Formats: sequence, structure tokens, C-alpha cells
Amino acid sequence: MSDALSEDGSEQNDSQEELMTPVELIAKLEEAWLNEKFSPDLLENKSEIVECVMEQLTHMEDNLQRVSKGDMKASVHRMEIDRIRFVLSSYLRSRLQKIEKFFPHVLEKEKSRADGDPSYLSPEEYAFAREYLANTETYLKAVALRHMPPNLQAVDMMKAVPEPCLDSFVFLRVKEQQDNIMVEPETDDQREYVVDLDVGSQHLMRYRTIAPLVSTGAVQLI
Amino acid sequence: MFCEKSIELIRELQRVSDGQLPAFNEDGIRQVLEEMKALYEQNQSDVNEAKGAGRTDLIPSIKLRHCCLLRNQRCLSAYLYDRLLRIRALRWEYGSVLPPNIRFHMCSEELQWFNQYKKSLANFMRSVGGEEGLDITQDMKPPKSLYIEVRCLKDHGEFEIDDGTIILLKKNSQHFLPRWKCEQLIRQGVLEHVMS
Repeated sequence: MSDALSEDGSEQNDSQEELMTPVELIAKLEEAWLNEKFSPDLLENKSEIVECVMEQLTHMEDNLQRVSKGDMKASVHRMEIDRIRFVLSSYLRSRLQKIEKFFPHVLEKEKSRADGDPSYLSPEEYAFAREYLANTETYLKAVALRHMPPNLQAVDMMKAVPEPCLDSFVFLRVKEQQDNIMVEPETDDQREYVVDLDVGSQHLMRYRTIAPLVSTGAVQLI
Repeated sequence: MFCEKSIELIRELQRVSDGQLPAFNEDGIRQVLEEMKALYEQNQSDVNEAKGAGRTDLIPSIKLRHCCLLRNQRCLSAYLYDRLLRIRALRWEYGSVLPPNIRFHMCSEELQWFNQYKKSLANFMRSVGGEEGLDITQDMKPPKSLYIEVRCLKDHGEFEIDDGTIILLKKNSQHFLPRWKCEQLIRQGVLEHVMS
């Protein structure tokens, strides 16, 4: 990246636990963005990446103010800021859409995870999901449910709202060699079989089969 | 036939072209709720009969009415929830202020839901990154170019851009402006992107 970024790169790295160059950070953002876009399920939240990218954007904007207007570099930097902001916004939008679509299941998953496991929702996303649930329940009660017969005044959100379809097919590219991945049969005549995923190869598989590999970063959804 | 009114509500939503919000069918909802009340009361008396007078021949009709009650509940919830999804989409399409003709189609509880949703979304956006936050309702499309040609569709008065110059947005005037400044105005219908 250009000098406007590298100036801050060194400052940034000192204050972070994980040393990452701006290039690596943006690459990680793009990976997270694509995975979230193509996965049918809500993935683990990457708030460290979001925070770092926001800091990066602020620095880039500050630097832009200092560069003289009309300088060719300024427009290139501006474009770069816009592109990064688009990817970040799109990533957050993808997540919000899934949270809204599957809200009871998302909240249940977060409530029932073990203490050591990484969280799916950032604290702010969790608050958003809870508010969405409360808002919707309040609305349904006020408009219809309270006028219904006594035994029908509640709606089980877990049953009413569909779950994410983990069996949907996704395209993926293999980043780390995986051997002996068990694939379920598609028809009754087939039996389950194993495949080896070679680095660099691309596949079309059911999300359920490779879901754990997405979290570890062994495959990239495309 | 039972449950016809609730199915009609759902068909009403299906008929309207994608995403648009038809008027809140208060009447239809009231009719479904009345049907539910009638079914429930009939069931109550039949259950008493069945228990008290041993009339087990009433059980099939009790079961039927119960199924109809469940169906009505489900259809009504589906109708109301689908409307909420359309209203949610309005926030992303139009911004925080809804045009009056759309507000007219919403009942007061739906407006309340919308206001609460707006607030939740704003809180979330403000919390992104820790400082001022990020307005994720902007940047809906990948940026293709830095500056775009726009035509002004209505008088909007003065508009200041980054380097301090003030542009007068008069109807039908055309300007070459930074894309990120125009996004909001394009979505509101004040400016129009001219593609040559």
C-alpha cells in the first residue's frame, strides 16, 4: 500500500496484540466478508478486524486532509477509502441481515454456547438481536395476540421463524490440505464416502460438510 | 368455510408487487379475531358437554375447531410479520423519515415498531469501531468512480462539498460531484445519477 498507510502501519502495530500489516488486515477483512456473504449461517464475529479497519480508515481520512487538494494521490487514496468502507459496510450488513432473519435461533445459539467458545455475536449485535426480538414480540402481542383466545396468546418464535439451511450448497476454495472429509450420500443408492481436499482446489459442497473448516480458515467460501 | 378470511389477508400481500406495503387491513384482522373467538367459545361449550355428558362424538369437531384456531393464528402472525419485513426494508430504502403516503398505510403499532427498529439500528451503527461509528446504510454499491455526473430533480438549495465550495442545487441543473456526497440525495430522489 502507499506511504499514507505505511506511516500509520507502524504506529498501529505497537498497540495491537497481533502484529498485522495493513495489507494483511484488509485481506482478512475481505476473507471475512466473502465467507459471511456466502455462508447460509451466521459466522463467528470478527470484531477485532472491524475495530482495526475502522481505526485504519480514520487514519487514512486524517492523512487525506493533509495532502494537498488536486494531487493525483488524493483521488487514489479517496477511492481506496471508499472501497474499504464498502467492504466493511457490506460485511456488517450481511451479518445484520442474518441476525434479523434468524433472530430466535441466533439468540439461542449464543445463550447455549460454552464459556470458552468464541462468540457469534458481538455485544452490540447481541443487544440489537435482543431488541429486535422484544420489539417484534411486543408488536405481535399488541396488535393480535392479546385479542386471541387465552390458550393461543403466545407464538413460539423458535418454531415460527425458520432456521438457516445448513444443507445449502456453497462454492469453496481450499487453503489448507484436508484429508478424509466425510461426505454424506445424496441419494439412497449411494453410501457415504471420503474426499481429500487439495490446496488450491475449488469445490461445490453442502455447507454442513465443511462448516468447521470455514471457522478454522482451512477453506474460503467464494 | 373457516380460515378463509385469514388466507385472504395473506393473498392480499402476495398480490401486491414486491416489497410494497398495502394499507393495514384492520377490518380483515378484526374479522379473523372474531372468528377465533367464536370457534373458541364453541369449543369451550363442547368440551364441557363432552366431559360432563360423556358426548365423545363431539371430539372430532373440537379437534377441527382447534386446528382452525391454530391456522388462523399462524396466518395472522404471518401476515403481520411479512408487513414488518416490508417496513424494515423501508428503513434501508428511504432512510429514517418515511414518506407520508407510506406512513398512511401503517397502523400506529407498526409505526412504533419502525421507530424502535430505527433506534436499535442507529445504536448499533454508532457502536461500530468505537468512535463515531459507521453508517452502514450508505455504500450500498461498490464504488466505481470517484466523481459522478448528477442531475438535480428538485430544488434543494445550497450544498457544500469537502473543499468548501457551495453548489446551488436547482431543478434540472447538472453537476459533477463526489460520489460519496451524493448517495443519500440520490436515494431520496433529489439527485439523479446521469450515465452517459
